[in-house]
Amino acid sequence: MTASLADQLAKRVGPRWVKQRPAELRIFEADGLPTHSAKPRLVVLPGTRSELVEVIALLHREQIPWVARGAGTGLSGGALAETDSVLVVLTRLNRILKLDSQRQRAVVEPGVVNARLSEAALPFGLHYAPDPSSQSACTIGGNVAENAGGPHCLKYGVTTNHVMELEVLLPDGSLVRLGSPHGEPWGPDLVGLFVGSEGMFGVATEITLRLTPLPPAIRTLLADFMTVRAASEAVSAIIARGIVPAALEMMDQSCVRAVEASIYAAGYPTDAGAILLVELDGQAASVAAESEAVESLLRKQGARSVRAASTPEERARLWQGRKKAFGAAGRIAPDLVVQDAVVPRSALPDILDRIGAIGARYELIISNVFHAGDGNLHPNICYDSRDPGLSERVRRASREIMTVCVEAGGSITGEHGVGADKLDYMPLIFDPVSLAAMCAVRRVFDPAQRANPGKVVPIHYCREYGQPHVASAPLPLRPSAPL
Amino acid sequence: MTSPIFMRLRHALGEAAVEVGPDGSPRAVPNSTDAVAQVCGLAHEQGWRVRLEGRSSWMPGDAPADLVLSTRNLRRVLQIAPADLVATAEAGVPCAGLQQELAGQGAWLALDPPGHPDRSLGSVLATGTAGPLRHGYGPVRDHILGGTIVSGDGRVIKAGGNVVKNVAGYDLTKLQVGGFGAFGVITQVHLRLRALPAARVTLIARGERDVLTRQARALMEAQLSAAALELCSPALAGDADWLLALELVGTVPAVEAEATRTSSHSEVGWERLEPDAAVALWQTIARGPLGGELSIRLGVFPDGIDEMLDLLEERLDTGLVSAGAGLGMLRWSGTASLEQLREIRRTAAQREIPLTLERGPWALRHAFGHFGAYREGVAVLVSKLRSTFDPDPTFPVALEGEHG
Repeated sequence: MTASLADQLAKRVGPRWVKQRPAELRIFEADGLPTHSAKPRLVVLPGTRSELVEVIALLHREQIPWVARGAGTGLSGGALAETDSVLVVLTRLNRILKLDSQRQRAVVEPGVVNARLSEAALPFGLHYAPDPSSQSACTIGGNVAENAGGPHCLKYGVTTNHVMELEVLLPDGSLVRLGSPHGEPWGPDLVGLFVGSEGMFGVATEITLRLTPLPPAIRTLLADFMTVRAASEAVSAIIARGIVPAALEMMDQSCVRAVEASIYAAGYPTDAGAILLVELDGQAASVAAESEAVESLLRKQGARSVRAASTPEERARLWQGRKKAFGAAGRIAPDLVVQDAVVPRSALPDILDRIGAIGARYELIISNVFHAGDGNLHPNICYDSRDPGLSERVRRASREIMTVCVEAGGSITGEHGVGADKLDYMPLIFDPVSLAAMCAVRRVFDPAQRANPGKVVPIHYCREYGQPHVASAPLPLRPSAPL
Repeated sequence: MTSPIFMRLRHALGEAAVEVGPDGSPRAVPNSTDAVAQVCGLAHEQGWRVRLEGRSSWMPGDAPADLVLSTRNLRRVLQIAPADLVATAEAGVPCAGLQQELAGQGAWLALDPPGHPDRSLGSVLATGTAGPLRHGYGPVRDHILGGTIVSGDGRVIKAGGNVVKNVAGYDLTKLQVGGFGAFGVITQVHLRLRALPAARVTLIARGERDVLTRQARALMEAQLSAAALELCSPALAGDADWLLALELVGTVPAVEAEATRTSSHSEVGWERLEPDAAVALWQTIARGPLGGELSIRLGVFPDGIDEMLDLLEERLDTGLVSAGAGLGMLRWSGTASLEQLREIRRTAAQREIPLTLERGPWALRHAFGHFGAYREGVAVLVSKLRSTFDPDPTFPVALEGEHG
C-alpha cells in the first residue's frame, strides 16, 4: 500500500521529492520541540501549487491523513506526522509572487522564509513586521498556521493582523479564496478564523500580507535591574505613560548568563537580576522625545544603568543576544524545552517567583526570556532527554508552569500554538461545550478530519451536541495524560 | 398582550426579564449570559425566531421574528485592569459610558464606531463597524481578545481569552466580529485597551476632494504617525467643502512634532481645532451615517477612493461619506434602490472590492444581504458555519440576500 502510494505521489511530484527510507524520514520526525516525535508514513515535497493540489486530492481520495509542514521550526509539535500520516512539506513553494510597494502588499507562497520577505521588501523601504525568533528559517505558511508572534508584535501586531487575503486548499482538494486584497473581509472574517488553525483547516497556498514602512528612526535601550520585579514595574510604567515601544523584552539572570557564555554574547551585565531591551521607533523627533521619557522612567524604577545602541551594529548585537537566547540556553544541556505561556502583564513578577519555585522543586534549570510588554513568557528548561527521570521532571514542571499561568488569568500559549504538546492543557481554559464548538468548526473545513489529525482540540473532552448543555467548570487534566 | 410566547418567557426568566415591545411582540431583556442561553434554548426548542437587538440605535428593529432578544440589560463592565490594559464588558454596555469608565482609570478603547454614542458594544462588534481610528488602531477585530457567545440553540461558548496575546484554540471570536449576529449572540467581550493618551490634536483641511486625497497620500508617504486621517463629504461634515480630518494621538512632544510636520508637507492649509471643537467634529462624523437610510462599506485601497466616489456619485449621489484616506475603507450612507446597490456591488466585485451592507431596512437587507454573493466555494463554508452556531436557524439575519 505504502509503496503504491509512494509511486502515485512520485508520479505527481517526481520520485526525488518523495521520501520513504528510514534515514530520509528521520529529520522529519520532530519539529523544534524535543519532547515529541513521530515517524511520518512518508514525506512528499510538492514543487508547485498544482502539484500540491494533486497531492492533497490524492490523499483525500485514498482517505489518508496528512500534515502540512514548513521549515519544522515550530515549538509545539504542531507539524508532527502522527497516526501514520503523510507529511506534506511546503518548503519548495517558496516564491514571492508579487510585491506591490505602493499598496504595501506582498503575495507569497507558503514556503517563503519570513526574513526573506523582509529582505525583498527592503529596497522599497518596507518590511514584514511579525518577527519570530526563528525568522531566518521559519516559513510564512507556518506563521499563518500558528498565528506566530515575535518581539516587534507589541507595536505592530501578530500574524493575524497582517494577513489580508488567503487562497486556501481545503482538505478535499478544492481551492477557496478568503478575504480581500485590502483586508476587509469578504463576508464573515474567514481569514481571521483560518489564521492560527494549526494546519487543521487546510493549506494556505497563496498569502497576501500587509507590509509595513521601515521606521525612519530606531533607538534601542538596554537597562539592567537588580530584580525581575523592578524590571516588570518599569515595563508597567512605560505602558502606563502611553508609550508603545516597538519591542519590550526581558531576560532573567539565568538567561543572560547563558547568552553571555555563548558565542552570541551581547555585552549584557551578568550580575543583573534582569535586563530589559526597549526599542522605540518612528519619526526622529518622537523617538528622541519618547526615549528620553523611557530612559528617565527606567532610572526612576531602579535601573542600574541604561545604555543606548548608537550604531546599527550595536543594535544588532543587543538583539542578537535576545534572538539567540534559545540557542544559547540550548548549549547548557543537550535538550531544551522552550515553553510559551501568557499572563496579565501585572502578574509577571509573581509568576516568575512561582516558576522559580517550581524549578527548584524539580531541580531543574529554568531560564526566562519574555515579551514583557504583552505578558508572553518563555521559560526555557535545559535537560538531557536520555535521562528518563529527568524528562519526567521536565514534563511535570511544564504542566505546573501552565497551571499557575492559567490560575493567574493567563493562557497556555501566546504564539507557539497548541499542537501536540498542549493538547491536554486545553481543558484548563476551555469547557467541553466550547471545545466541541471548535471541533465543529474544524469539521466545516475538514469533514473527514484528516488534516493534521489529533492536534489542538482534545476531542475526548468535547461535549457533542444533542447532550444537555449545562455550563460547567473546566475539567482537570487527565492524570495519566502524556504531555 | 399575553401571547403564549410571552407567558413561556416570563415563566422561564421571571417578570422583570420580559416585556412587551413597541410593536406588541414579546421582548426578552435578560441580564446574564445564562438567561440569554435560556431564551435561545427555549426558542430553539419551540422553533421561535429571535431578533437580536442592542440599544436599537444602529440597525432598524424590523427583522420578522416571534420575539426580540435585547442585550440592553447586559450592561455591566465586569473588569477594568488598567495595568494590563484589558477590560471585560457585557454586550449591552453603551460605548460612550464605557469610554467614560475607562478614562476614569487612565485607559482607553481606541474604537470610535459610527452611530449614536450610546450604541451598544455588542452592536459595534456584530456589525464590525469601525470609525476613523481604524487608521491608527486597526479594525474592530483588533480590539477584541475574546468573549462569550450564546449559540442559536442556547450553548454558551467561550472564545479567546483575557490576555493581549493568545493562540490557544481556533480564533472563534473572528467569526463573531462582523458576523451580524448570524453566528450567535455576543454576551461578553474581553477588550484590548490603550493608555489614555496624554495628547490628542485634530487638524482639518478643506477643499476639492481630489486635492485632499492627494494630500492624504503625501502624508502617508511622509510616514505621518496619525491616529485618524478621514475624508468626509460636505454633507457628512456639515461643511460647505470636502474635509480631511487628521487626528494625532500620543505623548505631547510626539504629537507636536507630527503637527509641525503635517503643515510642512502641505499643499493645503491646515486648521488646528480647539479641543471642544475637535470632539464635536468627530461626533458629527460618527453620527453622520444615521442621516441616511442605509450605510455600506467598501474595502477599497486609498488609491481607489476617488474612483469609487466618482462611481457612487454617478450612480447614486455624493451621500454621507467617510473614508480612510490614508489606509483605505469607505463608508457611504444615504438612500439607494436595490437595483442601484446591486450594480455598485457588481462593479466593486470586479475590482476585488467587497461591499458590506452595514445597516438598512429589513426589506433591503433581506433582498441584498449584508454580504451578497461570496467568491467560489465560500458560500458552503459560511452556510455550514452558520448551522454550527445556529442550527435551525433561530436568528433572522440576511447574510447573502436573494440572488439577483
